[in-house]
Amino acid sequence: MKKFNINAIRADFPVLHQNIHGEPLVYLDSAASSQKPNQVIDAVSEFYRHDYANIHRGVHQLSQRATDLYEGARDKVRQFVNATTDREIVFTRGATEAINLVAQSFVRPNIEPGDEILISHMEHHANIVPWQMLCEQTGAKLKVIPMTETGELDLSYFDEMLTDRTKILGIGHVSNALGTINPVKSMVAKAHAKDIPVLVDGAQAVPHMAVDVQDLDCDFYVFSGHKMLAPTGIGVLWGREELLKAMPPYQGGGDMILSVSFDNTIYSEVPFKFEAGTPHIAGAIGLGAAIDYMLDIGLDEIAAHEHYLLELTTQKLSDMPGVRLIGTAADKAAVVSFMLDGIHPHDIGTIFDQQGVAIRTGHHCAQPVMEFFDIPATARASFAFYNTEKDVDALVSAIEKTQELFA
Amino acid sequence: MSDLRDLYQQVIMDHNKRPRNFREMENPNHLAHGNNPLCGDKLVVYVKHDGERIEDVSFKGSGCAISVASASLMTEALKGKTLDEAEAIYQQVHKVMTGEETDDDLLGKLEVLSGVQEFPARVKCATLSWHTMHSAMDSDHEISITTE
Repeated sequence: MKKFNINAIRADFPVLHQNIHGEPLVYLDSAASSQKPNQVIDAVSEFYRHDYANIHRGVHQLSQRATDLYEGARDKVRQFVNATTDREIVFTRGATEAINLVAQSFVRPNIEPGDEILISHMEHHANIVPWQMLCEQTGAKLKVIPMTETGELDLSYFDEMLTDRTKILGIGHVSNALGTINPVKSMVAKAHAKDIPVLVDGAQAVPHMAVDVQDLDCDFYVFSGHKMLAPTGIGVLWGREELLKAMPPYQGGGDMILSVSFDNTIYSEVPFKFEAGTPHIAGAIGLGAAIDYMLDIGLDEIAAHEHYLLELTTQKLSDMPGVRLIGTAADKAAVVSFMLDGIHPHDIGTIFDQQGVAIRTGHHCAQPVMEFFDIPATARASFAFYNTEKDVDALVSAIEKTQELFA
Repeated sequence: MSDLRDLYQQVIMDHNKRPRNFREMENPNHLAHGNNPLCGDKLVVYVKHDGERIEDVSFKGSGCAISVASASLMTEALKGKTLDEAEAIYQQVHKVMTGEETDDDLLGKLEVLSGVQEFPARVKCATLSWHTMHSAMDSDHEISITTE
């Protein structure tokens, strides 16, 4: 493990070295999507330049190389989340598709009208809408764990909300809008005590911390590649092998079958039965390269640096007049949502952009969170390990200039 | 920062802080809800006319400075105008935001909206109230429109 060298790290991210509106780019929108290091860009382009072919098919050399790289990436994902076998790693288009897959293939066959699906108030739309659709299809009910003013889950009635009709608990590991790190391990333990399976949406967790699915003891863990340095269009469903084996396929097509006739089709084993059609091979390889890159820096080092930036930002913004932080949980990832008195977030975004500071403004695909705080939107600065103290200073300065303009 | 001053001109800032005709209306002829879900802007536009001339225009809601100021300026510009004049002004506003040539006499004070030309992501903010007003006038019942 090499020493955390921020200059060397930043040199790996070509996109960071440019001016926006004449000012050096300060990228504080990694929770929306992270930037990509050369190691990932090169892995993808080298694959297309030298090794590209379809996988699991041809006997020719290129197909073999592509298959090895694709399956090699699967094994990297297995190590990354500490799964026991590659058979538990399903490549999807992203966390969204993975949740839809679990809703339709795992929950739907076993759900009846009046059964319940439990999620929380702070979920991303990706962990709300697939369940709502399932409820519409089946007559099941969606129940929602409430949250507190600090943006933490209110677990006072959690035990009562886990009933003998609860078919699954779907819970975000880290809130994208608030940064809150939820106590998923203890929630899983409580759900399992009542034999309720748990899906954890880890889209905002894997870029920032080491995740161990065996330690969490959940049943499904999903995430997207693009938030953790990898290309868009690739994501992961980790699921317990015995559950995946028992589930029907999500989509039908090529590469997910052992044999097809018009009378009978026999599906492949897991994970292939969930990977119909030619997958995003280059994306998976890019994800493997992203994992290598993050492991080389060190997941604990990444977490420590980001935590430092979070503390620094929180402290500086708390001291500024007219700044209100949205989401002040005790345990947080490096996401800082804020409001400026009398200034709409959309105006903040435009004024920041003119200073080269890229942040997200809007509802962050978490409209119930906005509704809870009775605000239309927030401005959100989100950090990755390639950010620096200078970026925090630029954020503070951008806030000051925005306040000046609106004074 | 110079472009920013073009966008956030004094007139815009003033109308954002003190929006004109910012109120509900009793018995409007037309009423429409305008939403921009992307940024959370929500407006209701009310219009009252006698079949020929607009007697009153007002709005309620919340949004960014650009959308609130644009709505406020719109209510001032349309009050007392004939329906044909209102349509002509609506067309001019579209032109000024996309950088087309405009009739400055018709546009008047609304020229300040030209600042959004340089901010394509913000054109939707400035046009929300205008689209909402236009849809309201086209319909006899309460309607909702969404821009994204």
